[in-house]
Amino acid sequence: MSAQERTYPEPAISMETERYWEATKQGKLLLKKCNSCDGTYFYPRATCPHCLSGDTDWFEASGKGKIYTYSVMRRAQVPYAIAYVTLEEGVTMMTNIVECDLDGLAIDQEVEVTFRTTEGDQALPVFRPVS
Amino acid sequence: MSRSSKAYIAGIYEHPTRKALDKTIPQLHAEVALGALQDAGLTKDDVDGYFCDGDAPGLGGASMAEYMGLDLTYTDTTETGGSSYVLHVGHAMQAIAAGKCSVALVTLAGRPRAEGLATLGARNRGEVPELGFELPYGPVITNMYGMAAMRHMHEYGTTSEQLAWIKVAASHHAQHNEHAMLRDVVTVEDVVNSPMIADPLHRLDCCVISDGGGALVIVSPEVAKSIGDRCVKILGQGEAIKHLNAGKVDLTYTGAVKSGPIAFEEANLTPADMDYASIYDSFTITVLETIEDLGFCAKGEGGKFVSDGNLISGTGKLPFNTDGGGLCNNHPSNRGGMTKVIEAVRQLRGEAHPKVQVPDCTLALAHGTGGSIGTRMGSATVILGSNDA
Ligand SMILES: [Zn+2]
Repeated sequence: MSAQERTYPEPAISMETERYWEATKQGKLLLKKCNSCDGTYFYPRATCPHCLSGDTDWFEASGKGKIYTYSVMRRAQVPYAIAYVTLEEGVTMMTNIVECDLDGLAIDQEVEVTFRTTEGDQALPVFRPVS
Repeated sequence: MSRSSKAYIAGIYEHPTRKALDKTIPQLHAEVALGALQDAGLTKDDVDGYFCDGDAPGLGGASMAEYMGLDLTYTDTTETGGSSYVLHVGHAMQAIAAGKCSVALVTLAGRPRAEGLATLGARNRGEVPELGFELPYGPVITNMYGMAAMRHMHEYGTTSEQLAWIKVAASHHAQHNEHAMLRDVVTVEDVVNSPMIADPLHRLDCCVISDGGGALVIVSPEVAKSIGDRCVKILGQGEAIKHLNAGKVDLTYTGAVKSGPIAFEEANLTPADMDYASIYDSFTITVLETIEDLGFCAKGEGGKFVSDGNLISGTGKLPFNTDGGGLCNNHPSNRGGMTKVIEAVRQLRGEAHPKVQVPDCTLALAHGTGGSIGTRMGSATVILGSNDA
């Protein structure tokens, strides 16, 4: 387990994504779903990328998923693991894996969401191995 | 046989600098433009079409057109990162075929080394919609390609040793290029024992960072006839954008799965017809996935295909990047598509270094990958033929 973690930059937030970042501060990971075509998608946006409908709603994800792929960045002041995690809801998101042995990560490993405070006091969803 | 072509590459030029401390970017653009025009036996006053991308300073193509004193009836500033110039070849061919211009100039120049810049610039951050969901996680070019390599290994059993063979082949070619940044021949062991940068990519899996640039002059069949047989035929071109697809992420393939077949179909040729291939090589994994996607081997078989020197000119079945490529020669402005086209033209003219020249090289491919195979990319493929192809 790495005690020290990197500093997380503040995410860029727009009118389309304010709700996502309000929820992360309350420890919730929200996704978007389209009312027209029933499609789920990531990253969240006002228009559905499956059908271009503007009739879309937020819903809370389970926060559980599996590592699709990862890479440990060795050439950094504080080495860190970047990853894509496929959520139970079927979408895959870029993230970091934390609270882990950087040499013990594996594709398909089960992970769950947790949150980290960023610069500018936002909350960033990251994932840790399910113990 | 004599294949028809709507346009020809008449002039090429690769800037010899790898660190341009005493030159500005506009100056480098003008120098490569002059070099390519001289190579074609033309002057700037012959140019009526100009192509550049976001690396050209100013407003689209207008500022550089003014700097170079160009009088234009056609311009295109399509930006897909390092693959831009491979798209420009196709766009120039279309513009010429439509009668919109007859001599098209394409330029690239940059000086990231002199400016001490890393590979990811802080450009255009305004309302880029994906930014908030990526930047906080520390994506850099190495770990994005690392994630693609990791997944390819997981699905297909690709190994670090197989990836290393790509660098080994590039180094065999670079030893003959006096301008190449890395001229030492390396072994598979050298690559896998070099420091880990972003798992599973080692330092020697990565391309170099260099200053410099290059230019192309693309002309109509009528102009080509007046220039002579050093002109190279553009036989086909294809392009595609690939992205994260609403969260259905698959990093094991690139946009070449689309751009390749489009280009081959237009040329009425197949991968087996190619005597030589310039494949964008930002990292070893870029080459491996692209070779599969273009159909030189089946998906997942890339590791086997590139092993045992199969990409080395004179030894293997698919001689690639005989200038040493981005992996050993240069990667001007972090954009390697230009030099991919230039080396393919050298091969088709028989003007590559004698040690790496493919005998009777008649048909060649150049492929560019711009952006990132870890997120979103613009891919472009051109099929070229020698004057007697
Ligand atoms: Zn929809």
